[in-house]
Amino acid sequence: MTEQATELPAIAPFLKRDGDKPYLAGSKCRACAHVFVGDRTVCAKCAARGQMDAVHLAETGKVYVHTVVYRSFPGVETPFIDVIVDLDDGAHIKGTLLGVEPVPTAIPFDLPVKVVYREAAPVNKPGQPYLTYAFEPL
Amino acid sequence: MTEDVYIVGIDMIRFGRYPDRTVPDLAAEAALMALDDAGLDIKAIQALFSGNLGQASGMVGQRMLAEIGQTGIPVTNVANACATGATAFRDAWMSIKAGAYDTVLAVGVEQMGKGLLGGSLGASPEGLVGSGTMPAMFSHIGMEHARRYGTTFEQFAQVSVKNHWHSTMNAKSMYRKETPLQEVMGAEMIAWPNTKLMCSVNVDGSAAAVLMSGTKARQLGLMDRAVKVRVSEMSSNPFTDRQMAMPDFSAATRLAVANAYEKAGLGPQDINLVELHDCFATAEIVHYENLGLCADGEAGRLISDGDTQLGGRIPVNVSGGLLSKGHPLGATGIANMYEIATHLRGAAGDRQVQGARMGMTHVVGGGPGMGTACAIHILEKV
Repeated sequence: MTEQATELPAIAPFLKRDGDKPYLAGSKCRACAHVFVGDRTVCAKCAARGQMDAVHLAETGKVYVHTVVYRSFPGVETPFIDVIVDLDDGAHIKGTLLGVEPVPTAIPFDLPVKVVYREAAPVNKPGQPYLTYAFEPL
Repeated sequence: MTEDVYIVGIDMIRFGRYPDRTVPDLAAEAALMALDDAGLDIKAIQALFSGNLGQASGMVGQRMLAEIGQTGIPVTNVANACATGATAFRDAWMSIKAGAYDTVLAVGVEQMGKGLLGGSLGASPEGLVGSGTMPAMFSHIGMEHARRYGTTFEQFAQVSVKNHWHSTMNAKSMYRKETPLQEVMGAEMIAWPNTKLMCSVNVDGSAAAVLMSGTKARQLGLMDRAVKVRVSEMSSNPFTDRQMAMPDFSAATRLAVANAYEKAGLGPQDINLVELHDCFATAEIVHYENLGLCADGEAGRLISDGDTQLGGRIPVNVSGGLLSKGHPLGATGIANMYEIATHLRGAAGDRQVQGARMGMTHVVGGGPGMGTACAIHILEKV
């Protein structure tokens, strides 16, 4: 059986690889210092053009808000915790929080978290794992 | 000098489930009701703005005219998330302000399935990368309010108790059943803290308005049933730091509302009743502050003290709101104007806000990774 180094597809275009090491790609505006998730050439905050630098986003941050999702699209396993995270570099990003009991009243605001990478199959692509990112408590 | 614009006819069908009807047919019913309310027929209409999301590329306006009178008038089909109906109305208003027409019809219509909106074309990130569902999005917004001000699950749930009670007095509402607090809090949890009874209902519905210039309305002797459009404002989502991760309906709302109050020369104290966008119970709470009905941080107290129920200081969603009356996406923006107009005409029966002279409508819609549209209208008794 031939071995092929097939890379798993990424769940989002801003989830990239440095060699075989995954990272979250961002853009930082030289004019206003805002850090965006993903690639862009124009700043949505200050409208500056040609002032974007590609960056690797911070891998730690704090939970700004959370919710526990109990009902989702058919086939999606629930409950899961959906968080908005303030990364330490100023970017803001949504993701799933792992490693925490899904008890909504027991998840503190500003919980320190880190980015983790894992393989998981999307609900509409069963058996086809994708590279994804998530958060875990620091 | 630009004309004042009036609503001379407005109506809506009772929201419900009509799987055997077509979208143009639902729109046509509301259009004929609004024309009848104005005492006009379709031949008097000079332009049509038709709001619908589900068949946005399906020329609903033209198909509606095919049912009630193919007069060849200009038709614009409008899609703008939950602000669709209000955008169609605003475009009609703007065309009269511009002096292009004096009699214009705006229609909003939607036919929906049950359950969660949305879904993915590519690999779905749902569950893997948080949730793209509407309840999750508005739960985050509620949790932000809880984080800032300590607002409780119970306070959010009180919104549903209020709006379901209001709808028992509205024959056009999909649901007309009271829901005590324990029932709301004990219902199936969808995304904390919104239970099933704290989520607006996906229903079928349509609403329509005939707009007319002041000159024409006086010429035709329609001022006795006219309601003045005091101001029409819209906004899209201005940049705020977290809005790409967590859609910011508050920023768009505050921007449109500030412009509306300024252009109208009014403040929140001048408004007698409000129909705002309670797509989820958590949304209503934050919009109290966004619309200036109370100071920031006071929304929890406003609901707990009963200030926003019928008979309170500033009645909100006496129609039953999106939570109980229903939220057919394209129709909502005109349906809430029907509610305000009805009170301004003194015709709201059991749920009449006494002495109503000035009412505000608010819709705001959008989605994760997409953006936001907000529309604010202030209607005034003539």
